[in-house]
Amino acid sequence: MEIQLYQVILIFVFACIAGMGSVLDEFQTHRPLIACTIIGLILGDIQTGIILGGTLELIALGWMNIGAAQSPDSALASIISAILVIVGHQSIQAGIAIALPVAAAGQVLTVFARTITVFFQHAADRAAEKVNFRLLDFLHVSALVVQALRVAIPALLVTVFMNAGSVQHLLNSIPNVVTGGLNVAGGFIVAVGYAMVLNMMGAKYLMPFFFLGFILASYLNFSLLSFGAIGLIVAFIYTQLNPKYQQHTQTAATGSSETLADDMLED
Amino acid sequence: MSGAVKKLNKKDLFNMFVRSNFQQASFNYERIHALGFCFDMIPAIKKFYKTDEERRLALKRHLAFFNTTPAVCGPVVGVTAAMEEARSDGEPIDDGSINSLKVGLMGPLAGVGDPLIWGTLRPITAALGASFALNGNILGPLLFFISFNAVRLALKWYGITYGYQAGMGIVKDMASNTLTKLTEGASILGLFVMGVLVTKWTKINVPVVISQTTNQAGVKSTMTVQGILDQLCPGLLALGLTFLMMYLLKKKASPILLIFALFGVGILGYWLGILK
Repeated sequence: MEIQLYQVILIFVFACIAGMGSVLDEFQTHRPLIACTIIGLILGDIQTGIILGGTLELIALGWMNIGAAQSPDSALASIISAILVIVGHQSIQAGIAIALPVAAAGQVLTVFARTITVFFQHAADRAAEKVNFRLLDFLHVSALVVQALRVAIPALLVTVFMNAGSVQHLLNSIPNVVTGGLNVAGGFIVAVGYAMVLNMMGAKYLMPFFFLGFILASYLNFSLLSFGAIGLIVAFIYTQLNPKYQQHTQTAATGSSETLADDMLED
Repeated sequence: MSGAVKKLNKKDLFNMFVRSNFQQASFNYERIHALGFCFDMIPAIKKFYKTDEERRLALKRHLAFFNTTPAVCGPVVGVTAAMEEARSDGEPIDDGSINSLKVGLMGPLAGVGDPLIWGTLRPITAALGASFALNGNILGPLLFFISFNAVRLALKWYGITYGYQAGMGIVKDMASNTLTKLTEGASILGLFVMGVLVTKWTKINVPVVISQTTNQAGVKSTMTVQGILDQLCPGLLALGLTFLMMYLLKKKASPILLIFALFGVGILGYWLGILK
């Protein structure tokens, strides 16, 4: 499959959006589920894009920006793997094998980008000194260009220089035991994502609910949606019946007088 | 001190809401969202302060270190705007109390926001979306995009407007039990769904044959490691693996390193015929 010029342009534009999205972390355009789908749409094979996006999304479930730390680069990984899978007619498993090293490499680029933006911060200090609102706005928004190019330039290079033949040749040289092994590992690699999310939630005393979900789903063949509904009901009942909250409603009902509330505080 | 209270109208608040969607645009290692917060506050600063000197001080005040979960920055922006309004109206509020309120709010809000947004809302909406996407259904990405952003945008808009109205009172509100109740409920749902995902979506198969017997009817039955584990409880290996990963992550192992290590295990296991 030959990539047309308009497709190259569209990929560049979307790569900019995803790059900005990955630092903003608002609309989630950098997540595999969205990014792979859009790249699929641009390249005329949305179906493959969606499936690759769903597969990568599960692996990337725990990739998140917490505090100053940043996650592996899902934007770059999603875009480059989607291009190579669709243009090079590769399997989804090969897509995963491409995405992971790219995500790790992208993480390094992110560190550079977030260091460069320190200069924007210092320029903003000077703009504040001069009470230049417009310059402040400009500095804040233009810092996004650094992030956009961080993703768009590598994506453009891949689109232009990797034609289908060379991709196929490159990937065919991977021995069978590696692709087979990656396929197997793809089944349980998501455990890392689950572990990150679980560590994040961190409410140890609520772990029984985790085991409840685990046991129910191990033996029952319900859809995920119905499990979600069960979880919602369980959460609702727990917070309704928990004496911790009951006590509070009581104080709210009886403790309207301030003296009583003060007494409670002194206790 | 004019006495005429300059209030933010809906347009100003909407402007700040739109700006807050660019909270992390100038994310940098030195002061994280500092410029982002200042960017959010600009409509309020323009409205409340008219002299260059006041404006300069206000801008510099909000170029200080700031960091929280972007989806829940709304309440801080709202409360800070309310404080700036009171200050511009002559209330004795100094730089220190405005900044300490910001810091006081951003910590707890990140404490609630990180597990709630990154730990619960996104994994659940993304996993739900991915479950459709694995079959190539366009509903998957759409579902994820719409549901995540609907909640996120609502949090931002109501965070800002609510924070602005509640003003100083919000600190008390954070301590009230509505928020803990909501957080706890969300954690329960999140943990429950994670439990479901661990067993449903992890595929580990150990086809190592332990014994092979032929019964009287002549039907061969093979006993594999996986068969025995499944009799014990399906999904047991997935559960064990998840706990191992949690432990290693707590020991500061890098996630990407763990992913590569698991790929190594997969390739090695496949080569030895232990995993399939």
